[in-house]
Amino acid sequence: MHELSLSSAIVETVVRHADGHRVTSVNLRIGTLRQVVPASLEFYFDVVSRETVCEGARLDYELVPARVGCSHCGNEWQLEVPLFVCPECAGSDVRVVGGDEFEIDSIVIEEEEACTAPT
Amino acid sequence: MHRTYVKVLEGVLDANATIAEANREDFERAGVTVVNLMSAPGAGKTTLLERALRDLPGVRVGVLEGDVSTSLDGDRIASLHVPVVQINTEPGFGGECHLDANMVRSAIPSLPLDELDLLVIENVGNLVCPAEFRVGEHVRAMVCSVTEGEDKPLKYPLMFRACDFVIVNKIDLLPHLDFDLERLLANIEAVHPGVGIVLASAKTGEGIDTWRDWLLGVSAGRVWRDGARHVGAMGAAMQ
Repeated sequence: MHELSLSSAIVETVVRHADGHRVTSVNLRIGTLRQVVPASLEFYFDVVSRETVCEGARLDYELVPARVGCSHCGNEWQLEVPLFVCPECAGSDVRVVGGDEFEIDSIVIEEEEACTAPT
Repeated sequence: MHRTYVKVLEGVLDANATIAEANREDFERAGVTVVNLMSAPGAGKTTLLERALRDLPGVRVGVLEGDVSTSLDGDRIASLHVPVVQINTEPGFGGECHLDANMVRSAIPSLPLDELDLLVIENVGNLVCPAEFRVGEHVRAMVCSVTEGEDKPLKYPLMFRACDFVIVNKIDLLPHLDFDLERLLANIEAVHPGVGIVLASAKTGEGIDTWRDWLLGVSAGRVWRDGARHVGAMGAAMQ
Protein backbone atom coordinates (compact mmCIF):
# COMPACT_ATOMS: atom_id res chain seq x y z
CA MET A 1 0.00 0.00 0.00
CA HIS A 2 1.35 3.45 -1.00
CA GLU A 3 4.22 3.33 1.48
CA LEU A 4 5.74 6.35 -0.22
CA SER A 5 3.07 8.76 1.01
CA LEU A 6 3.01 7.06 4.41
CA SER A 7 6.79 7.55 4.71
CA SER A 8 6.38 11.22 3.81
CA ALA A 9 3.80 11.59 6.56
CA ILE A 10 6.16 9.91 9.03
CA VAL A 11 9.11 12.13 8.09
CA GLU A 12 6.94 15.26 8.37
CA THR A 13 5.75 14.35 11.87
CA VAL A 14 9.20 13.27 13.06
CA VAL A 15 10.89 16.43 11.76
CA ARG A 16 8.37 18.46 13.74
CA HIS A 17 9.10 16.58 16.96
CA ALA A 18 12.86 16.47 16.41
CA ASP A 19 13.05 20.25 16.65
CA GLY A 20 16.18 20.49 14.53
CA HIS A 21 18.06 17.59 16.17
CA ARG A 22 19.38 14.63 14.22
CA VAL A 23 17.13 11.59 14.53
CA THR A 24 18.76 8.21 15.10
CA SER A 25 15.66 6.06 15.26
CA VAL A 26 11.91 6.20 14.71
CA ASN A 27 9.75 3.71 16.59
CA LEU A 28 6.46 2.74 15.01
CA ARG A 29 3.55 0.61 16.15
CA ILE A 30 1.92 -1.10 13.20
CA GLY A 31 -1.24 -3.12 13.71
CA THR A 32 -1.51 -6.22 11.54
CA LEU A 33 -4.96 -5.10 10.42
CA ARG A 34 -3.44 -2.08 8.71
CA GLN A 35 -2.39 -2.71 5.16
CA VAL A 36 1.22 -1.68 5.60
CA VAL A 37 4.24 -3.54 4.27
CA PRO A 38 7.09 -2.75 6.70
CA ALA A 39 9.87 -3.56 4.22
CA SER A 40 8.37 -1.12 1.70
CA LEU A 41 8.01 1.46 4.42
CA GLU A 42 11.71 1.14 5.30
CA PHE A 43 12.69 1.46 1.67
CA TYR A 44 10.67 4.61 1.07
CA PHE A 45 11.61 6.09 4.44
CA ASP A 46 15.27 5.93 3.37
CA VAL A 47 14.37 7.79 0.20
CA VAL A 48 12.10 10.43 1.68
CA SER A 49 14.29 11.17 4.70
CA ARG A 50 17.27 12.31 2.61
CA GLU A 51 18.38 15.85 3.39
CA THR A 52 16.18 15.98 6.47
CA VAL A 53 17.13 15.42 10.11
CA CYS A 54 15.75 11.89 9.63
CA GLU A 55 18.43 10.92 7.12
CA GLY A 56 20.16 7.77 8.28
CA ALA A 57 17.64 7.12 11.04
CA ARG A 58 16.66 3.53 11.69
CA LEU A 59 12.98 2.66 11.35
CA ASP A 60 12.01 0.26 14.14
CA TYR A 61 8.54 -1.15 14.42
CA GLU A 62 6.44 -3.23 16.74
CA LEU A 63 3.86 -5.35 14.96
CA VAL A 64 0.68 -5.35 17.03
CA PRO A 65 -1.45 -8.48 16.60
CA ALA A 66 -5.11 -8.09 15.74
CA ARG A 67 -7.32 -8.67 18.78
CA VAL A 68 -11.08 -8.70 18.77
CA GLY A 69 -13.54 -8.57 21.68
CA CYS A 70 -17.10 -9.88 21.89
CA SER A 71 -19.57 -7.36 23.33
CA HIS A 72 -21.95 -10.19 24.22
CA CYS A 73 -19.83 -12.56 26.32
CA GLY A 74 -16.68 -10.49 26.87
CA ASN A 75 -14.41 -13.01 25.19
CA GLU A 76 -11.28 -11.59 23.57
CA TRP A 77 -9.19 -13.42 21.03
CA GLN A 78 -6.35 -12.94 18.61
CA LEU A 79 -7.55 -12.82 15.03
CA GLU A 80 -5.75 -15.33 12.84
CA VAL A 81 -8.27 -15.28 9.99
CA PRO A 82 -10.65 -12.42 9.17
CA LEU A 83 -13.72 -13.95 10.83
CA PHE A 84 -15.42 -11.46 13.09
CA VAL A 85 -17.72 -13.85 14.89
CA CYS A 86 -17.10 -14.87 18.53
CA PRO A 87 -15.66 -18.39 18.76
CA GLU A 88 -17.20 -18.77 22.22
CA CYS A 89 -20.81 -17.62 21.81
CA ALA A 90 -21.05 -17.10 18.01
CA GLY A 91 -22.04 -13.51 18.71
CA SER A 92 -21.52 -11.02 15.89
CA ASP A 93 -21.36 -7.83 17.96
CA VAL A 94 -17.59 -7.73 18.01
CA ARG A 95 -15.16 -4.87 18.10
CA VAL A 96 -11.49 -4.52 17.26
CA VAL A 97 -9.50 -3.93 20.46
CA GLY A 98 -6.02 -4.08 18.96
CA GLY A 99 -4.20 -4.37 15.68
CA ASP A 100 -5.50 -1.27 13.93
CA GLU A 101 -2.81 1.07 15.20
CA PHE A 102 -0.46 2.86 12.86
CA GLU A 103 1.41 5.36 14.92
CA ILE A 104 4.75 6.89 15.65
CA ASP A 105 5.34 5.89 19.23
CA SER A 106 8.62 7.70 19.83
CA ILE A 107 11.88 8.86 18.32
CA VAL A 108 15.46 9.02 19.54
CA ILE A 109 17.35 12.24 18.82
CA GLU A 110 20.93 13.40 19.32
CA GLU A 111 21.39 16.47 21.45
CA GLU A 112 24.51 18.47 22.17
CA GLU A 113 25.76 18.17 25.74
CA ALA A 114 24.80 21.33 27.62
CA CYS A 115 27.84 23.48 28.41
CA THR A 116 27.66 24.36 32.11
CA ALA A 117 31.24 25.41 32.72
CA PRO A 118 31.71 29.17 32.87
CA THR A 119 33.74 30.55 29.95
CA MET B 1 26.34 14.38 22.17
CA HIS B 2 23.79 12.31 23.96
CA ARG B 3 20.68 10.55 22.86
CA THR B 4 17.26 11.57 24.04
CA TYR B 5 14.07 9.56 23.82
CA VAL B 6 11.11 11.67 22.70
CA LYS B 7 7.56 10.35 23.03
CA VAL B 8 5.49 11.19 19.94
CA LEU B 9 2.29 9.11 20.05
CA GLU B 10 0.84 10.48 16.82
CA GLY B 11 -1.05 8.46 14.26
CA VAL B 12 0.67 8.41 10.90
CA LEU B 13 -2.61 9.33 9.24
CA ASP B 14 -3.56 11.97 11.83
CA ALA B 15 -2.89 14.78 9.36
CA ASN B 16 -5.38 13.24 6.94
CA ALA B 17 -7.89 12.77 9.75
CA THR B 18 -7.62 16.45 10.69
CA ILE B 19 -8.34 17.56 7.13
CA ALA B 20 -11.18 15.02 6.88
CA GLU B 21 -12.71 16.57 9.99
CA ALA B 22 -12.47 20.04 8.42
CA ASN B 23 -14.17 18.71 5.27
CA ARG B 24 -16.91 17.17 7.37
CA GLU B 25 -17.52 20.48 9.13
CA ASP B 26 -17.85 22.24 5.77
CA PHE B 27 -20.31 19.60 4.57
CA GLU B 28 -22.39 19.82 7.74
CA ARG B 29 -22.41 23.60 7.70
CA ALA B 30 -23.94 23.39 4.22
CA GLY B 31 -26.38 20.65 5.28
CA VAL B 32 -24.93 18.06 2.90
CA THR B 33 -24.73 14.34 3.69
CA VAL B 34 -21.76 12.66 2.07
CA VAL B 35 -21.35 9.10 0.83
CA ASN B 36 -17.91 7.66 -0.02
CA LEU B 37 -18.49 5.02 -2.72
CA MET B 38 -15.67 2.51 -3.19
CA SER B 39 -14.92 -0.71 -5.04
CA ALA B 40 -12.35 -2.53 -7.12
CA PRO B 41 -11.88 -1.06 -10.61
CA GLY B 42 -14.70 -2.02 -12.95
CA ALA B 43 -17.18 -3.25 -10.33
CA GLY B 44 -19.81 -0.80 -11.59
CA LYS B 45 -19.74 2.27 -9.33
CA THR B 46 -20.36 4.80 -12.10
CA THR B 47 -23.08 2.73 -13.77
CA LEU B 48 -24.87 2.20 -10.45
CA LEU B 49 -24.71 5.95 -9.87
CA GLU B 50 -26.09 6.62 -13.33
CA ARG B 51 -29.02 4.33 -12.54
CA ALA B 52 -29.77 5.75 -9.09
CA LEU B 53 -29.23 9.45 -9.76
CA ARG B 54 -31.82 9.53 -12.51
CA ASP B 55 -34.55 9.35 -9.90
CA LEU B 56 -33.86 10.67 -6.40
CA PRO B 57 -37.06 12.52 -5.59
CA GLY B 58 -36.68 15.57 -3.42
CA VAL B 59 -32.92 15.22 -3.08
CA ARG B 60 -30.46 17.57 -4.71
CA VAL B 61 -27.45 15.39 -5.40
CA GLY B 62 -23.92 16.18 -6.55
CA VAL B 63 -20.97 13.92 -7.35
CA LEU B 64 -17.26 14.18 -6.77
CA GLU B 65 -15.51 11.83 -9.21
CA GLY B 66 -12.08 10.46 -8.33
CA ASP B 67 -9.88 8.80 -10.94
CA VAL B 68 -6.16 8.62 -11.56
CA SER B 69 -6.73 10.23 -14.95
CA THR B 70 -9.38 11.23 -17.52
CA SER B 71 -12.76 12.81 -16.98
CA LEU B 72 -14.62 9.88 -18.53
CA ASP B 73 -16.65 9.14 -15.41
CA GLY B 74 -17.25 12.81 -14.67
CA ASP B 75 -18.55 13.29 -18.19
CA ARG B 76 -21.00 10.43 -17.80
CA ILE B 77 -22.43 11.94 -14.62
CA ALA B 78 -22.51 15.43 -16.14
CA SER B 79 -24.74 14.14 -18.94
CA LEU B 80 -27.37 13.43 -16.28
CA HIS B 81 -27.38 17.16 -15.46
CA VAL B 82 -26.08 16.41 -11.98
CA PRO B 83 -23.43 18.81 -10.62
CA VAL B 84 -20.13 16.95 -10.81
CA VAL B 85 -16.50 17.77 -10.13
CA GLN B 86 -13.74 15.47 -11.38
CA ILE B 87 -10.56 15.01 -9.37
CA ASN B 88 -7.62 13.40 -11.13
CA THR B 89 -4.94 12.17 -8.76
CA GLU B 90 -2.30 12.10 -11.47
CA PRO B 91 -1.50 15.76 -12.02
CA GLY B 92 -0.14 17.43 -8.94
CA PHE B 93 -0.85 14.59 -6.55
CA GLY B 94 1.55 12.04 -8.00
CA GLY B 95 -0.99 9.57 -9.31
CA GLU B 96 -2.35 8.39 -5.98
CA CYS B 97 -4.44 5.25 -6.01
CA HIS B 98 -7.08 6.68 -3.68
CA LEU B 99 -8.68 9.95 -2.73
CA ASP B 100 -7.47 11.50 0.48
CA ALA B 101 -8.90 14.31 2.57
CA ASN B 102 -6.57 16.90 1.06
CA MET B 103 -7.67 16.11 -2.49
CA VAL B 104 -11.33 16.30 -1.53
CA ARG B 105 -10.69 19.58 0.30
CA SER B 106 -9.14 21.02 -2.87
CA ALA B 107 -12.37 20.24 -4.74
CA ILE B 108 -14.79 21.70 -2.18
CA PRO B 109 -14.65 25.28 -3.54
CA SER B 110 -15.83 23.96 -6.92
CA LEU B 111 -18.85 22.18 -5.45
CA PRO B 112 -22.18 24.04 -5.11
CA LEU B 113 -22.60 22.71 -1.55
CA ASP B 114 -25.34 25.20 -0.64
CA GLU B 115 -27.44 23.79 -3.47
CA LEU B 116 -27.00 20.15 -2.50
CA ASP B 117 -28.53 17.75 0.01
CA LEU B 118 -26.42 14.72 -0.87
CA LEU B 119 -22.87 14.37 -2.21
CA VAL B 120 -21.58 11.06 -3.51
CA ILE B 121 -17.81 10.81 -3.69
CA GLU B 122 -16.94 8.09 -6.20
CA ASN B 123 -13.50 7.01 -5.10
CA VAL B 124 -10.69 5.64 -7.24
CA GLY B 125 -11.22 1.95 -8.04
CA ASN B 126 -9.12 0.18 -5.42
CA LEU B 127 -10.05 -2.25 -2.64
CA VAL B 128 -7.03 -1.49 -0.46
CA CYS B 129 -6.12 2.14 0.10
CA PRO B 130 -9.41 4.07 0.04
CA ALA B 131 -10.52 2.18 3.17
CA GLU B 132 -7.63 3.78 5.07
CA PHE B 133 -8.35 7.39 4.17
CA ARG B 134 -11.34 9.19 5.59
CA VAL B 135 -12.24 12.17 3.44
CA GLY B 136 -14.99 13.73 5.55
CA GLU B 137 -17.82 11.41 4.57
CA HIS B 138 -20.76 10.43 6.78
CA VAL B 139 -21.17 6.92 5.43
CA ARG B 140 -19.35 4.53 3.15
CA ALA B 141 -20.72 2.10 0.59
CA MET B 142 -18.93 -0.37 -1.60
CA VAL B 143 -19.67 -2.32 -4.74
CA CYS B 144 -18.58 -5.94 -5.07
CA SER B 145 -19.40 -7.56 -8.41
CA VAL B 146 -20.06 -11.27 -8.84
CA THR B 147 -17.24 -11.47 -11.38
CA GLU B 148 -14.69 -10.80 -8.62
CA GLY B 149 -14.92 -14.13 -6.87
CA GLU B 150 -16.42 -15.32 -3.59
CA ASP B 151 -13.22 -14.78 -1.57
CA LYS B 152 -12.98 -11.01 -1.90
CA PRO B 153 -14.26 -10.29 1.64
CA LEU B 154 -11.63 -12.60 3.15
CA LYS B 155 -8.86 -11.01 1.11
CA TYR B 156 -9.90 -7.42 1.77
CA PRO B 157 -11.53 -7.46 5.20
CA LEU B 158 -10.65 -3.83 5.96
CA MET B 159 -12.66 -2.54 3.01
CA PHE B 160 -15.66 -4.74 3.74
CA ARG B 161 -15.59 -3.74 7.41
CA ALA B 162 -15.14 -0.06 6.64
CA CYS B 163 -18.40 0.11 4.70
CA ASP B 164 -21.96 0.50 5.92
CA PHE B 165 -23.53 -0.96 2.80
CA VAL B 166 -22.45 -3.47 0.17
CA ILE B 167 -23.95 -3.59 -3.31
CA VAL B 168 -23.38 -6.97 -4.92
CA ASN B 169 -23.52 -6.01 -8.59
CA LYS B 170 -23.79 -7.74 -11.97
CA ILE B 171 -26.14 -10.48 -10.72
CA ASP B 172 -27.53 -10.65 -14.26
CA LEU B 173 -24.34 -12.55 -15.12
CA LEU B 174 -24.92 -15.33 -12.55
CA PRO B 175 -26.31 -17.87 -15.08
CA HIS B 176 -23.02 -17.57 -17.01
CA LEU B 177 -20.64 -17.91 -14.05
CA ASP B 178 -19.41 -20.68 -11.80
CA PHE B 179 -20.01 -18.42 -8.85
CA ASP B 180 -21.29 -19.41 -5.41
CA LEU B 181 -23.39 -16.43 -4.34
CA GLU B 182 -24.25 -17.93 -0.96
CA ARG B 183 -20.54 -18.35 -0.23
CA LEU B 184 -19.91 -14.69 -1.06
CA LEU B 185 -22.76 -13.63 1.23
CA ALA B 186 -21.48 -15.91 4.01
CA ASN B 187 -17.99 -14.45 3.64
CA ILE B 188 -19.34 -10.89 3.81
CA GLU B 189 -21.31 -11.83 6.93
CA ALA B 190 -18.24 -13.44 8.53
CA VAL B 191 -16.09 -10.36 7.96
CA HIS B 192 -18.74 -7.73 8.71
CA PRO B 193 -21.67 -9.30 10.53
CA GLY B 194 -24.93 -7.49 9.95
CA VAL B 195 -23.77 -5.15 7.20
CA GLY B 196 -26.52 -4.08 4.81
CA ILE B 197 -26.34 -5.87 1.46
CA VAL B 198 -28.31 -5.52 -1.74
CA LEU B 199 -28.11 -7.86 -4.73
CA ALA B 200 -28.28 -5.70 -7.83
CA SER B 201 -27.77 -5.41 -11.52
CA ALA B 202 -27.06 -1.98 -12.93
CA LYS B 203 -27.84 -3.53 -16.31
CA THR B 204 -31.30 -4.93 -15.64
CA GLY B 205 -32.30 -2.58 -12.81
CA GLU B 206 -32.71 -5.28 -10.16
CA GLY B 207 -32.00 -4.00 -6.69
CA ILE B 208 -31.65 -0.41 -7.90
CA ASP B 209 -34.76 0.63 -5.94
CA THR B 210 -33.12 -0.61 -2.76
CA TRP B 211 -29.85 1.16 -3.60
CA ARG B 212 -31.82 4.31 -4.31
CA ASP B 213 -33.79 3.93 -1.04
CA TRP B 214 -30.52 3.62 0.85
CA LEU B 215 -29.26 6.88 -0.68
CA LEU B 216 -32.54 8.59 0.16
CA GLY B 217 -32.31 7.24 3.71
CA VAL B 218 -28.74 8.47 4.08
CA SER B 219 -29.75 11.89 2.77
CA ALA B 220 -32.57 12.04 5.32
CA GLY B 221 -30.09 11.28 8.10
CA ARG B 222 -30.97 7.61 8.43
CA VAL B 223 -28.00 5.29 8.05
CA TRP B 224 -28.88 1.79 7.13
CA ARG B 225 -27.00 -0.20 9.70
CA ASP B 226 -29.70 -2.61 10.74
CA GLY B 227 -28.21 -5.39 8.68
CA ALA B 228 -31.35 -5.66 6.59
CA ARG B 229 -30.49 -7.79 3.62
CA HIS B 230 -32.43 -7.23 0.50
CA VAL B 231 -32.25 -10.08 -1.89
CA GLY B 232 -33.22 -8.95 -5.35
CA ALA B 233 -35.28 -11.16 -7.61
CA MET B 234 -32.60 -13.81 -7.42
CA GLY B 235 -34.83 -16.56 -8.65
CA ALA B 236 -35.29 -14.74 -11.93
CA ALA B 237 -31.57 -13.95 -12.22
CA MET B 238 -30.57 -17.60 -11.78
CA GLN B 239 -32.84 -18.94 -14.53
